[in-house]
Amino acid sequence: MKPAKSRSSLFLSLFLGLLSLFFLYPIFLVLINSFKGQFYISEEPFSLPDARTFVGLYNYQNGIQKTEFFSAFGYSLFITVCSVAAIVLFTAMTAWYLVRVKTRAAGGLYYLFVFSMIVPFQMVMFTMSKIANLLHLDNPLGIILLYLGFGSGLSVFLYSGFIKSIPLEIEEAAAIDGCKPLQTFFLVVFPILKPTAVTVAILNAMWIWNDYLLPYLVIGSRYRTIPIAVQYLQSGYGSRDMGALMATLILAIIPIVVFYLTSQKYIIKGVMSGAVKG
Amino acid sequence: MQKSLRKYAAVFLLPTGIAFVVAFFIPFLFGLYLSFTEFTTVSNTHWVGWNNYLRAFTDNQDFLNALWFTVVFTVVSVLTVNLLAFGLALLLTRGLRGSNLFRTVFFMPNLIGGIVLGYIWQLMINGLLLGAGVDITYDPRYGFWGLVAVMNWQMIGYMMIIYIAGLQNLPGDVLEAAQIDGASPWQKLYHVTIPMVMPSVTICTFLTLTNSFKLFDQNFALTAGAPMKKTAMLALDIYNTFYGRIGDEGVGQAKAVIFFLLVAAIAFIQLRLTRKREVEQ
Repeated sequence: MKPAKSRSSLFLSLFLGLLSLFFLYPIFLVLINSFKGQFYISEEPFSLPDARTFVGLYNYQNGIQKTEFFSAFGYSLFITVCSVAAIVLFTAMTAWYLVRVKTRAAGGLYYLFVFSMIVPFQMVMFTMSKIANLLHLDNPLGIILLYLGFGSGLSVFLYSGFIKSIPLEIEEAAAIDGCKPLQTFFLVVFPILKPTAVTVAILNAMWIWNDYLLPYLVIGSRYRTIPIAVQYLQSGYGSRDMGALMATLILAIIPIVVFYLTSQKYIIKGVMSGAVKG
Repeated sequence: MQKSLRKYAAVFLLPTGIAFVVAFFIPFLFGLYLSFTEFTTVSNTHWVGWNNYLRAFTDNQDFLNALWFTVVFTVVSVLTVNLLAFGLALLLTRGLRGSNLFRTVFFMPNLIGGIVLGYIWQLMINGLLLGAGVDITYDPRYGFWGLVAVMNWQMIGYMMIIYIAGLQNLPGDVLEAAQIDGASPWQKLYHVTIPMVMPSVTICTFLTLTNSFKLFDQNFALTAGAPMKKTAMLALDIYNTFYGRIGDEGVGQAKAVIFFLLVAAIAFIQLRLTRKREVEQ
């Protein structure tokens, strides 16, 4: 029994190993093509770069220049970090208030947040971008408010689920010790919410970093985030620079891979607990 | 405590509340209103009743095509993603060597954004079609299966993680009891494991269903609807209607309202159906 079992698990490991390579292959394919001259990419995509097709870092220089990649990276980083920080803090405060204050208005507001979760972006994209224009929110600072508003549904929902499980006695003890509500929230409640805050941060960061349509419609004509920069290279079918595209794709993937490998534990945990409650 | 907290309502509610009203609530109501009007700018509207809803279906076949394409795509994606993800989760919970490494690799594509994913797979698929001398825009079937491939590549890892969490929470004694009763591995899987992980199945079908149905970025980057809008899904068709021709904005908004109602109905029905089948724990 024993040797047969270990042989089958060896076989399975081998199978999973091959499958992993298959999963990584599309990225590898983009990587090798990012070092080839642009006309060779469409003609012989599967061959490794050789003396004839290799162009060194030319595609990278070209892609960075055409897309202004570093400024796109800056905008993406700024918008993602600030929006996530705003969402993590403000929706936690809102959720705590809505769970603890048991009025009909609070209950109604909570269901409004939950309702917003199922509304697809296309339903509000046109009117939202017009209103953003009107209120001068069409800049990297203003878009943070839009992300807070559009991201609040899921975040309030996730926080509320967790807050309901916190025993009220802890907060009452703090109040008896003389804490004002703000002190109670920041000194007692928020630290308890940390695991959910991580989940909220991860889920929103993944969404905002990769979001294309909202920033494109609101700020896309003047400020390019990374997804907008990638899409920018597509100017009509066939006439685009494949080399620059390949290099930009790799540049867009690098920050994600670095982030993933350094905080994998939190990401997987965040995704897991976010899904269980969602 | 409630009382003192209520004095601070403004502090706790206003930041999120203002953002919610500006980014969601007003645009939502305003969008509903605009779907019944004809307009080119939001300040110049006139009421046309249900006309936009009618035009959504009668101006051309695009919306119905997109609806059909989206439905078929969603069914195929939900089935393939969940079957493959569940299979992988079963393999990765057997305590094999390297399970963590494999998990890391399978999950990674999920973090890459839709636009980038679309272009990565455009390169792959156009490369594969090179032998036949065509590219992905040649036949809508290529675009369809291309999208299914992208969706699987992106979502399998995510769903696998949720299934792994479900499988790890299985009580070992139930499986052992089935073993002692002489159940075959397939019987154990079908009569014990699957009913016990039904909550994970609910979540995963919900997530794949809504994500497939609402797909935009991947569709936009991979085919942009080519050839002839035949591979445009609902979200892309709405986008094209809005920003394609001046004067059609109202029709776009009406399509968006229908789209919203469809998403809401699917979410509601699906949660109802699968919740019933979950084992009480």
